[in-house]
Amino acid sequence: MSDTLKHTLLFVGVGLLLVLEGTTTAFGVFSGSWNSSLTILNMGLISAIMALGVNLQWGFAGLFNVGIMGFTALGGLAVVLTSMSPTPGAWEAGGQQILLALVLGAATIGLAILAYQKMTAGLARTAAMLAILIVGFVIYRAVLDPGVEAVEGINAALEGNIGGLGLPVLMAWPLGGLLAAGVAWLIGKTALGLRSDYLAIATLGIAEIIIAVLKNEDWLSRGVKNVVGLPRPLPYEVDLQADPAFVEKAASWGLDATTASTIYVKLGYSALFAIVLLVLLWMAQMALKSPWGRMMRAIRDNEVAANAMGKHVTRRHLQIFILGSAICGVAGAMMTTLDSQLTPGTYNPLRFTFLIWVMVIVGGSGNNFGAVLGGLLVWFLWIKVEPLGVLVIEMITSGMAEDSGLRAHLLESAAHMRLFTMGLILLLVLRFSPRGLIPEK
Amino acid sequence: MDFLNAFVALSNFVLIPGIAYGSQLALGALGVTLIYGILRFSNFAHGDTMAFGTMVTILFTWLFQSWGISAGPLPTALLALPIGIVFTMALVVVTDRAVFKFYREQKAKPVVFVMVSLGVMFMMNGLVRFIIGPGDQRFGDGERFIIKARAFKNMTGLDEGLAIKTSQGITVITAIIVVALLFWFLNKTRTGKSMRAYSDNEDLALLSGINPERVVIITWLIVAALATIAGTLYGLDKSFKPFTYFQLLLPIFAAAIVGGLGSPLGAIAGGFVIAMSEVMITYAWKKVGGYILPESLAPDGLAQLLSTDYKFAVSFAILVIVLLFKPTGIFKGKAV
Repeated sequence: MSDTLKHTLLFVGVGLLLVLEGTTTAFGVFSGSWNSSLTILNMGLISAIMALGVNLQWGFAGLFNVGIMGFTALGGLAVVLTSMSPTPGAWEAGGQQILLALVLGAATIGLAILAYQKMTAGLARTAAMLAILIVGFVIYRAVLDPGVEAVEGINAALEGNIGGLGLPVLMAWPLGGLLAAGVAWLIGKTALGLRSDYLAIATLGIAEIIIAVLKNEDWLSRGVKNVVGLPRPLPYEVDLQADPAFVEKAASWGLDATTASTIYVKLGYSALFAIVLLVLLWMAQMALKSPWGRMMRAIRDNEVAANAMGKHVTRRHLQIFILGSAICGVAGAMMTTLDSQLTPGTYNPLRFTFLIWVMVIVGGSGNNFGAVLGGLLVWFLWIKVEPLGVLVIEMITSGMAEDSGLRAHLLESAAHMRLFTMGLILLLVLRFSPRGLIPEK
Repeated sequence: MDFLNAFVALSNFVLIPGIAYGSQLALGALGVTLIYGILRFSNFAHGDTMAFGTMVTILFTWLFQSWGISAGPLPTALLALPIGIVFTMALVVVTDRAVFKFYREQKAKPVVFVMVSLGVMFMMNGLVRFIIGPGDQRFGDGERFIIKARAFKNMTGLDEGLAIKTSQGITVITAIIVVALLFWFLNKTRTGKSMRAYSDNEDLALLSGINPERVVIITWLIVAALATIAGTLYGLDKSFKPFTYFQLLLPIFAAAIVGGLGSPLGAIAGGFVIAMSEVMITYAWKKVGGYILPESLAPDGLAQLLSTDYKFAVSFAILVIVLLFKPTGIFKGKAV
């Protein structure tokens, strides 16, 4: 069997799983609902895009980024900042002041860097830098705090944040990528060029901080109060159900209006996500084949040799790190659009960072199609491991008494089997098939 | 101006919690730094190793409590601690045999080890949640305070109270004993010396007839003990929640890097640097300022530099500064 055939069959297999999910309730695992099947597909497509981004960093360049959650969350923030309509009065009340404070904060850091570069090393330089930072911080807080208070005071129950620019929501996707790229530049500048583990630790940290900012800066993202009702690129189900033409069309397909409208909207998202995925996949494939891609893999395989050939290793690493993170930002923006809400409390590194890693490794690091396959397949498993776990535990404990405490505990804990299973899959693949399902050519 | 009251307030809210937290971080960072020195990778599963050890300790604490065994004024968890250590030792040795050994034989790149440790982290995390659940667990018992705030006020006649929790006292004392034992072991015993030799220069150590597998296993055993002790102390002082332990990874790594990865002394220093900065930057200085500064200068607001939710940002900022200016850390670790 040729490789191409095998890889095509793998994709067909994932498609078959989704079809089974839509049509049958057999085995106690599938739910037999097209709505559920399309929900899995949509998240799977987004996961595949994230996996593409991570594959760019890990598969092409060997960079270990464990801050995917942070870049995803930045994408989500971008949706709020672009697509929400501006909160009336917020800009005048405190928005300008907050912006001024942020500029002042950036200027402080800029000045400190300038002092570091221009002054000669010694006690005087350290003192000057500290003085700049401390004075700058005091001014920054003095300007920022009243502004934040003013903005958060506006209609706190519903708004209390600065809102956004009121642009079409699709604009948020590239902007989410840009935002993530900016932060990636900052991280890359500090941690790249050092030991490989350091990038991992630095990205782990920045992800936690981004989530902390989203949870606590209410003026920006409403914190744990969540931003709900984000604009959608597609019509609402209720509007479709009220549209006689749509109801008639649905009836001609033999569907009732409610089911037809939910499926219609989900299919719309699937189409949008598939377009983004295909464009990115095409770009990643072109990059892989280009001289640039060959250079990246040469650097990955032997940094010393690539350096000796005149390649600027750190600069190339920075470049690809930014690109990969930007893709994760785009995916994050798409996910928030799909949910039409930003809920900073739900970002969890196990789900948003490490699961993506499992996708890349299982699919095949270094191969873009592998990453896409991994994204779709592992997402399906992630959803289905829970019912499977419950099933397995019911089977194991079926011999026990109905009221057994152990049985109750086991059934209750079955949900945590997910993490265990994902870890096991990761370890097994790394050990026995480190090149993944679709290996690099 | 009232320096005495200011100092008591400072001790109560900053110094004592900071020292206790610093000891816990130092013990955690020692584990990370030992793995780094001997096995040469950053072990991301360390937080969850701590969680596992603490979980076993908690389960046995509950068992002892149900049997009516207690340690008097001290928490029962101290009696259960050795059992927790033994279980954790078994877990990490099994993990090493089943997972890490294969990659050692292959001489895999450090980054592959890190990724494998991610998988281990996932499994341990799942295991802990599976057994004890993801919720908060409190398991401290015995006397809660060594000195109560009110008793201190009556005793000294000061306006400010000073409270020292038993858990804080135990943390500091245990940390001192453990660190002393560890340094004695590393510097005086034959096995400890062979470990340091292996860490300094692997090839030379092999030539001198040091058995690498033995060094590795002993390292894991020590790390398991350190992780369980650090985890149990943290849990006694605050509370046990699997996710919190996972999040401790960041300050622990920051501590190990600030001190210099691979340097045990550095790990301890780093632990205190991180803990103190975290507590000081997130503390509201209004009270202390009110005592020291003249009335006209006393702060109006809370005088808090950052809200407590940003404590990770403190570890991270220190980490970034160290990476930028001195990537080898204070005590010249081995990593560049």
